[in-house]
Amino acid sequence: MRDLLQRLQRWAEHRLPALTRYRRPESLPIELHRRRIYIVPTGFGLGFSVLLLVMLVGALNYANNAALLLTCLLGAASAASMLVAFRSLDGLRLGHIRAGHAVAGQPLELTLAFDSRRPRNAIRVDLGDRTLAFALDGRASAQVKLALPTAQRGWQPLPRIRVWTSWPLGLFRAWSWLHPEQSVLVWPRAELAGPQPHAPADDARHMRLHRGDELAALRDYRAGDPQRHIAWKASARHEHLLVKDFEQPQSRPQWQLDWRRLGGLDNEARIARLARWLNEAQAQRGHYSLWLPGNEIPGGSGPLHYAHCMSALAQLP
Amino acid sequence: MTPPRPKSPSERPIDARAFDLLSLTMALVLGLHSPHLPWWLGIALALILGWRWWQRRRQAGRVPRWLKLPLLVLLTLAVIVQYGNIFGREPGAALAVGLLILKLLETEAARDVRVGISFACFALMAALLFDQGLIATVVVALGLLPALATLRALEPGQLPTSLPRALLPGLALSAAALPLALLAFLLVPRLSSPLWGAPSQDQARTGLGDSMTPGNFTDLLTDDHPAMRVSFDGTPPPPDRRYFRAYVMWNFDGRSWRHLDPRYAPPRQPAPLEVASSIRYQISLQPTRRRVLPMLDVPLQAPAQATLQADREVMADKPVNDQLNYAARSALQYRLQPDLDERSRRLGLRLPADFNPRTHALAAQWRQRYGSDDAAIVQAALGLFHDGGFRYTLAPAPLGRNSVDDFLFDTHEGFCEHYSSAFTVLMRAAGIPARVVTGYQGGYWNKYGNYLLVRYSDAHAWSEVWLAGRGWVRVDPTGAVRPERVSLGAAAAAGDQLSWYRNDWLQGLRNRWDIVNRWWDQGVIGFDALRQRGLLTPFGIRDADTATLGVLLAISSVLFIAIGLAWALLRRQPRDPLRGALRELERKLARKGIARRPAEGPQHYLSRAARALPGQRDELASLMRSYLELRYAHDEPPTEPLRAFQHAVRDFRIVNVVK
Repeated sequence: MRDLLQRLQRWAEHRLPALTRYRRPESLPIELHRRRIYIVPTGFGLGFSVLLLVMLVGALNYANNAALLLTCLLGAASAASMLVAFRSLDGLRLGHIRAGHAVAGQPLELTLAFDSRRPRNAIRVDLGDRTLAFALDGRASAQVKLALPTAQRGWQPLPRIRVWTSWPLGLFRAWSWLHPEQSVLVWPRAELAGPQPHAPADDARHMRLHRGDELAALRDYRAGDPQRHIAWKASARHEHLLVKDFEQPQSRPQWQLDWRRLGGLDNEARIARLARWLNEAQAQRGHYSLWLPGNEIPGGSGPLHYAHCMSALAQLP
Repeated sequence: MTPPRPKSPSERPIDARAFDLLSLTMALVLGLHSPHLPWWLGIALALILGWRWWQRRRQAGRVPRWLKLPLLVLLTLAVIVQYGNIFGREPGAALAVGLLILKLLETEAARDVRVGISFACFALMAALLFDQGLIATVVVALGLLPALATLRALEPGQLPTSLPRALLPGLALSAAALPLALLAFLLVPRLSSPLWGAPSQDQARTGLGDSMTPGNFTDLLTDDHPAMRVSFDGTPPPPDRRYFRAYVMWNFDGRSWRHLDPRYAPPRQPAPLEVASSIRYQISLQPTRRRVLPMLDVPLQAPAQATLQADREVMADKPVNDQLNYAARSALQYRLQPDLDERSRRLGLRLPADFNPRTHALAAQWRQRYGSDDAAIVQAALGLFHDGGFRYTLAPAPLGRNSVDDFLFDTHEGFCEHYSSAFTVLMRAAGIPARVVTGYQGGYWNKYGNYLLVRYSDAHAWSEVWLAGRGWVRVDPTGAVRPERVSLGAAAAAGDQLSWYRNDWLQGLRNRWDIVNRWWDQGVIGFDALRQRGLLTPFGIRDADTATLGVLLAISSVLFIAIGLAWALLRRQPRDPLRGALRELERKLARKGIARRPAEGPQHYLSRAARALPGQRDELASLMRSYLELRYAHDEPPTEPLRAFQHAVRDFRIVNVVK
């Protein structure tokens, strides 16, 4: 039933854009103004108006003017709250959107920067079925973090985001659609398991495998150091106990990841495997290069390098 | 297993602020209704409210059902035990307030709060069914503030505020809504007859009763709520002539006096009246639920929808359930019924047998002494009251079976009822036709509003005796004992016997304040269908019917909405403080003849100024540098340097160089 409704809504939005206020993507910054803010009463608002009607009829029937005055006041205040609801969206500005990184299937973190010249309360942002509420104090911009569900690698256009508020009394709901013309890059998902990359011939030379038996330095004793590591002879010449420090065993692979060596696999499988290798290399803080059709990334390491490689993978046709 | 669906926002538990505000709203509703709730129910509900608030503060969660259901049953039982049923105004209000407080027990989610607040608004309005005075209305309207604040507190994502500050936006919203509310109030078409039920107007005070038993005025004489307000055409009569007649009482059964109920007596012509001077006046009577309309002295004719009785009582066709305004004309100097008919003489002389033997003896003794001189007997009776050691008090000793004997010869203390009753019995015993008249006497003349305020405490009883050639003559035996009662009013006569709040300055304040009440009663409460029809007379619409009013309401609402929209749509351009500072500098320089030319940039202009004022070249150059940097080095001028620039401009003085 819900599916059907959503399909109907999608169909209506494409067929009847004028009626459903469907907006084409637009570039940032987006400022909300009166031509794109819509207001309807909420369910509570409808119930409340029924209550007001009952109060009105009661006051009139009992010819109680004080009660009538109170009813009128409450009714007028409710009506005025509609304008307040409108004003809390009017002039709201979505300055920029910063997208994080995510692999396909994982939610991608979007940071929306809203700003405004006056304080605003209880603005809500809907993305999918998640809602987030925030307030603006009129000086600093509000950073709203949303999780965007992703399905597959590559450029993914941002969906429509609904900004709405039922401020101040919850009687009216003012909303507007934001459809920023911006896409986010979703990294490919890595395969779960598979072979290790080919170790190049000179790999062993770069693999400094310290097995923990090579003395690196002496340092001050810290509580918890094993007794057998204490350098007794050296300590005798110092005020404090000295401990032999051993370098931790570490493998630092130098990998040359190459698209061409993955023959016999289809494109997506190759990408998934390369992604897994990239993950492993990054986890081991390794040094790696990547060759892709039309894009050759020289060796490097660190998160920036990793992001560069993943983005290149994601953008493969 | 499917993961639980995320709770919708209206099902999530509310935060402490919203709950506090909700509790505050409920407490206000309870406070407003407490005057007419049974005291034990009020205290019980207050305890439940306080306990729930304390419990929710410690740990959020609904109150278990085994506690809630018995409370609900108990509440219903309590209302039934107290009132006999659950319908009607009092039991309905008690039940509504009780249910509202019990609703708090299960309030955890936003939805519950919204239901509770809606219901609380209704209960607030219901409080006005009991008292629609100005102060009550204002207090109830203030009760909307926590209610609105609660609704605001339900919205997630707010800038933090303190609890008192959270109430302010509701006030601003209400204030902004007030013009529209007033307009709607004026133009919402009133019903000329109720849609259902007879509106129960129990708020009416009983006021004067149609029978008088000496001693039963005491409650009335300490009730200083307004009974009516009178405005006169021309000068008001002097204080000792302000007698407002309500009931004329003929029948005495040894204990109580009663008037001739027109329902059981055949209609008769009003007693003939010869008028020497008369006065017109308008009375605005508070609801009494009785039919009698008080009139100044002796009325000439009855107002519309009322009849003049034979003894010139005025009875309305229907009980006065709402405030009633009527105009009338009364005689000030007159002869009432100069020729007494046989029936009236019989009625005016009738006394129950076997009562008050000593009074009869005294009357017979006077009759013997003065012969046929009725006036002398009246004087003798007044002399007895004046010199016989009688005392005016609102707390007299109780009287026995022969009440008049006990009063005249033993207790010697009482107030107007005792004196008029005893006097009338004395007269009748002496063979002079006499009757008791009750009504109001005196009142407070409000010189700001030019009207006479008559309170229930101004209730009074006096006598009328029939003297040959003069007709019915008013005799006020209370005046013989305490003349202040007549000349100054009830409060002066009672002296220190009334409670503390009747002291002078407070009383004066209350009297002055009454003009506001009068305005409220006449302008707001008394604004009925009839007055609404005449509302548009100044605009050429003589009789505004429902359709006209509806159209007008629609048009003016649209107008208000347009004003509101204009406010909402208005985009205020942010002020440019830097530009403002430069303008100030330009003004200062222009006073010395160095005006900025239309197409001149700031750099050129300020350099020119520096050349023209060589003594302040450095100062001007520094100002120019700061301006250029502030304007062109940033998107937005940074705050601190901007302030420094503004100060520098403010402190800049042009020094006159003596050449």
